[in-house]
This record gives sequence, structure tokens and C-alpha cells, in this order.
Amino acid sequence: MGTQSLIYLFVGLSFALYIGIAIWSRAGSTKEFYVAGGGVHPVVNGMATAADWMSAASFISMAGLIAFLGYDASVYLMGWTGGYVMLALLLAPYLRKFGQFTVPDFIGTRYYSKAARVVAVICLIFISFTYIAGQMRGVGIVFSRFLDVSIFWGVILGMGIVFIYAVLGGMKGITYTQVAQYCVLIFAYMVPAFFLSFMITGTPIPQIGLGSTVNDGSGLYVLEKLNLVLGDLGFGAYTDGSKSMIDVFCITLALMVGTAGLPHVIVRFFTVPKASDARKSAGWALVFIALLYTTAPAVGAFARLNFIDTVNETSYSEAPAWFKNWEGNDLIAFQDKNGDGVMQYRSGNAFEGSPEFSEGTGPSGERLVTNTPVSDSENEIYVDRDILTLANPEIGNLPGWVIALMAAGGLAAALSTAAGLLLVISSSVSHDLLKSTFKPNISSKQELLAARLAATAAICVAGYLGIYPPGWVAQVVAFAFGLAASSLFPAIFMGIFSKSMNKEGAIAGMVSGLVFTFSYIVYFKLLNPAANTADNWLFGVSPEGIGVIGMLINFAIAIAVSKVTASPPAEIRKLVDSIRVPRGAGDAQTH
Amino acid sequence: MEDQEPEVENTEATDPAEGAYWRENIRLLAVLMTIWFACSFGAGILFRDFLDQFSLGGYPLGFWFAQQGSIYIFIALIFYYVVKMKKIERKYDLDD
Repeated sequence: MGTQSLIYLFVGLSFALYIGIAIWSRAGSTKEFYVAGGGVHPVVNGMATAADWMSAASFISMAGLIAFLGYDASVYLMGWTGGYVMLALLLAPYLRKFGQFTVPDFIGTRYYSKAARVVAVICLIFISFTYIAGQMRGVGIVFSRFLDVSIFWGVILGMGIVFIYAVLGGMKGITYTQVAQYCVLIFAYMVPAFFLSFMITGTPIPQIGLGSTVNDGSGLYVLEKLNLVLGDLGFGAYTDGSKSMIDVFCITLALMVGTAGLPHVIVRFFTVPKASDARKSAGWALVFIALLYTTAPAVGAFARLNFIDTVNETSYSEAPAWFKNWEGNDLIAFQDKNGDGVMQYRSGNAFEGSPEFSEGTGPSGERLVTNTPVSDSENEIYVDRDILTLANPEIGNLPGWVIALMAAGGLAAALSTAAGLLLVISSSVSHDLLKSTFKPNISSKQELLAARLAATAAICVAGYLGIYPPGWVAQVVAFAFGLAASSLFPAIFMGIFSKSMNKEGAIAGMVSGLVFTFSYIVYFKLLNPAANTADNWLFGVSPEGIGVIGMLINFAIAIAVSKVTASPPAEIRKLVDSIRVPRGAGDAQTH
Repeated sequence: MEDQEPEVENTEATDPAEGAYWRENIRLLAVLMTIWFACSFGAGILFRDFLDQFSLGGYPLGFWFAQQGSIYIFIALIFYYVVKMKKIERKYDLDD
């Protein structure tokens, strides 16, 4: 069977599995729709959380990021895992004990204020939509490369699948499909990683392979060889970074705190039966996440070695098939600056901006680009970092079924995260805005209908963003984490650990953290991108890490305001007492 | 760091057992969050250059902490907390 038929087979089978699960696990009540009935086993929830968390970006882009950033990419590795320690130790068990359905529920109740709830809903919707647009783009990339359908139909198909299990099944449908999606995506990620590690180092375990010697008889360690090869081509050493220490520190912290404050992650811990299960579940989630996150650095390093090996100083006419495939998808370009027909891969940009292809082909058959060449770099290769993971099986000459597996895995990663995000958006609309704020008299049946309609509307908006991605999407991923870190996390944290935090303090803190972070990112990313350099940054902190300063502002303003305003009523102090103690979380239903 | 030092003056609960339980939890949290900070921000970022002179197989040690070790330690921290908290909760008869 050809690779293309295998891809259709694998993707088709995985979709049939998700739809089967969706039909089996339809939601009958609001509680099932919002929190899967609250009776999910902690290990199952951990697996679902891992799929929910690991997005198209983790699956498709991360190894590529690491491959090209080296040490600097550690911010993502530590940032996106360390947040789970904060979740397990500081938030999850208490939120589970509190036992409602959404994050705004907690903020609205703890701060006895509809205004606080609405501010939380606004933060949540903004964070989630920023995030979801990226997922839909991931779906589009996978479809267009592997299934030979246009991005438009790819996204429509992806939306259809998510519609079936998110709208019918709610959290219950999502939970069980996410478990299946985790299995698909981790299998798809690990298989090529084992192959690559074995090929390059002779050790199949990638985590050990990265610390071993290269299999080429040189006796060099993988990282040593990589540093050496990169040095020859004019790049900085792989194990050294180019970011300043303060920036690395702040980005890592912003990603950690942002992770702990992301609503679609937090809400997963409302689905387990007990407060102590929430802790356990966060631990399992991190185990499942770590499997991919500790493999990614190895995949990144191997892919970079492989890429240099097969591309650099190879004449274009002998370039491997995958090179031409991805060139056909506009993600790789070769501009023969010295006219020798041989591809020189060096440090620096080959040309300005991303490739603008013209109709014709050059003397060696390469697609011509119209971009202005960068004259002070000998580099002739443009490569989009996102392709490395997906191209890995091809770069490593792995069998067709591995390539098919990657396609199914990439889709699983994107769809599972999209579904989780859609759910928090729809429940915050139906539950927090309608039921709890503007229309308290609707019946739970009407609320369930509203939740389904809101999910449908959110899918359409997400699909639109996926088909017509606004230019700013890629620029503002920092938003989701920065805003979660500077708005939601401090409010939730102080809601648990401080009894004297009142509504005035919490609202002032959330608003000031949000406004500060939002303005800083908008200024540097959208209004004045030319000024986005370390000299202009506040304390040398880039927009990616500014959420940390936003968080400190939030804490400082909240504490100052709460000192000069009325302390919270006695029943709120009692509420805090009760969420701190695990006993009595119960009333879960099994299914 | 504000997220590491929860406000201790607010911990008095109405019930003495709950108060003692909470204080013990805060002490445990302080220890674990310190380790959390030390292995990632400490070993992986602030003292990376120093640690890089040692190596673990082919990994420079600081680089290993940043891309591998801190993640393993995070997992161990969470499971240690799970086990330890269960014990503390049982001690005060507050488990769920």
C-alpha cells in the first residue's frame, strides 16, 4: 500500500474512533456537559488533560523550535511542565473542593461579585480564542500537506469532527475522545523518535540517546557534534542561548504561571471525584506530558543534525523528495545566491521575510523566490521551523506507515486541544454569562441547549480564524499565557491562600494586570514591531515574558486595594475554610 | 516571590484541627516550591553556566536540568505531595 493510502487509512480510522466514542458518551445533563459528571478516574483525567494540553504547537512545532533555538527553547520545556507543579500544589485540589463548573464560577463566588465573574469571563474568552485559532491553523497545515485537500476543506472537516463530539458529548464526550487522542498522538510521536535515536546513536530511547555518542565512529557526543557542526556553519553553539538570563527567567515563569492559569486546563480538574484525586490527576497529566516533552529535545537535536547532513552542500538536483514536497507547500525555499546549484546552509537569513514564490523555476529546477537576498549571509536555505517534526520520518527515510501515523497524531493533537477550548468558551457563555449573570431563570434544559449553541458558534468562529488566519495570530500566542498569568492566576491563588482578599482588590488586580500585559504586548507586537528589541523592553523583559511583571502588578494592586477597603463577609471566610479542607468534596456520580 | 510565600497571617481557621492541618500544608508547600524553584530556575537558568562544567553522559549538567532533569523532578514533587498530604489529612481526620 502506498504512503498516501496509508495516510487516508490511519486518519480515517482515528476519526471513526473519535466519532464512535462521541456517540457512546453523549451528555444528558449540564453536569455531564460541563464536568463529565464529576466522576472521571484520576489517571484517565490525567491522560485527557495531557491531550487537552498538548496542542498542535506541542506536537508539530516544539521539536522544530528546539532544533533551531537550542538552549533557548528550554523556556518552553520548563515553562509548559513546571506549571503543573503549581496546579497540583496550589490550585487544583482547592478548586475541585469548591466544586462548581467553571473558573469564572470560582472567581464570581469567592469574590461575591458579578463584576468579578464577568471580568473573568472576558479574560477566559480572550485567552481561549487566541489559542484556538492556532489549533485550527495546525489542522489546516496537516490536512494540506498529508491529505492533498485544501486548507479550507481541511478545516471544515476538522470542525465537523469536533462539532460531533464536543457539541453532543460536552465534557464527557471530550474526555473520552481525548484519551483516545492522547494514545494516537503519543504513539505517533514516539515511534519516529525511537527510529531516529536508534539510527543516530544506536540507543532507541531518545532521552538517553541525546546524551550518548553519535553512531558515526567519531566518538563524539550528540550535543558535541551538533555544537561543532553548527559552529562550522557560523551558528552559535546549540547548548548556549542567545537570550538574556532575565528574559529566559521571565518567559519561563510567565509560561509556568500562565499554564496554571489557563481555563481549559484548570477545568479538567473539576471532573475528578475528589480533591485528593485532583492532585493525583495533575501528577499523571505531567507524566503523560513529560513523555513527549522529554522526547522533544532529542527529536529536535537529531532532526537538526539530519537536516544539515542531507541538505547542506547537496546539489539541488539531488535533493531528497521531502525537500521538494515541502518546497511545494511553500515551507522550504532555496535561493541559489552564488549560482552553483548546490545548497549552502549557513547562519543568518537567506533572504528578507518569508518566501514569495514566482511562477518560474531556476536553472536547477528550484522554485524561484522574489524576495530580496540578504547579501551578508551565504545562507541559501529558508526553512519553516514547523515542518521538522512532520518531515522527520521522511528526512530519516522511515517507512510509509510512520508518516501516516504522524498525520493522524498531528490531527489528534490539534483536535483535542480545540475541543477543550471550545468547551470552556461555551460553558462560560451558557453558565457564567446566561445562567449566573443575565438570565438566572432559565431551566437546566435551556442552559444545556445554550451551551450547545454557544459551542456551535465558537466552532464557526474558530473555523473562520483557521481558514483566514489573521496575520496577528502567530504574533500573539504570548497573549494567552501572559494574560492568564497576569489576570486569572493571581485572582485564583489569592482566593485560596488569603482570606482577607476582597472583591475590590481582586477586580482591581485582575484589571490592572490585564491592561498592563495587554498594552505591552500590543505595543511591541502589533503597533510598533520595529521597537521590539531588548533595549526598549521594560527591565529587558520581552513581550513573551511580560506576564510575570503583569502578575506582580496584579498582586501588588490587589493587596494594596484590599487593605483600604472593607474585608470580605464572614460567609466568604467560611467558604475559604471549607475549600482548604479536602473532606466533603464528594457527591460525584459514577458512569 | 509572591507565589511562593503564601500569606501565613491569614491561616487561622475556625476549627483548631483545620488550622493545624493548614499550617502543616503551608510548610510542606514552602519546601516543595523551593525545590521546584531550585531545579528549574536555579539549576536550569541562574546557575546553568556553572553547572555546565560538569556533565551527565553527553549532557552538560545545566543544559540537562533545563531540558530533562527539571521535568523529572517536577513529577517526583507532585507525587511526593500526593502521598504526604494524604498522611497529613489522615492525621487530622480531614481526608476525603
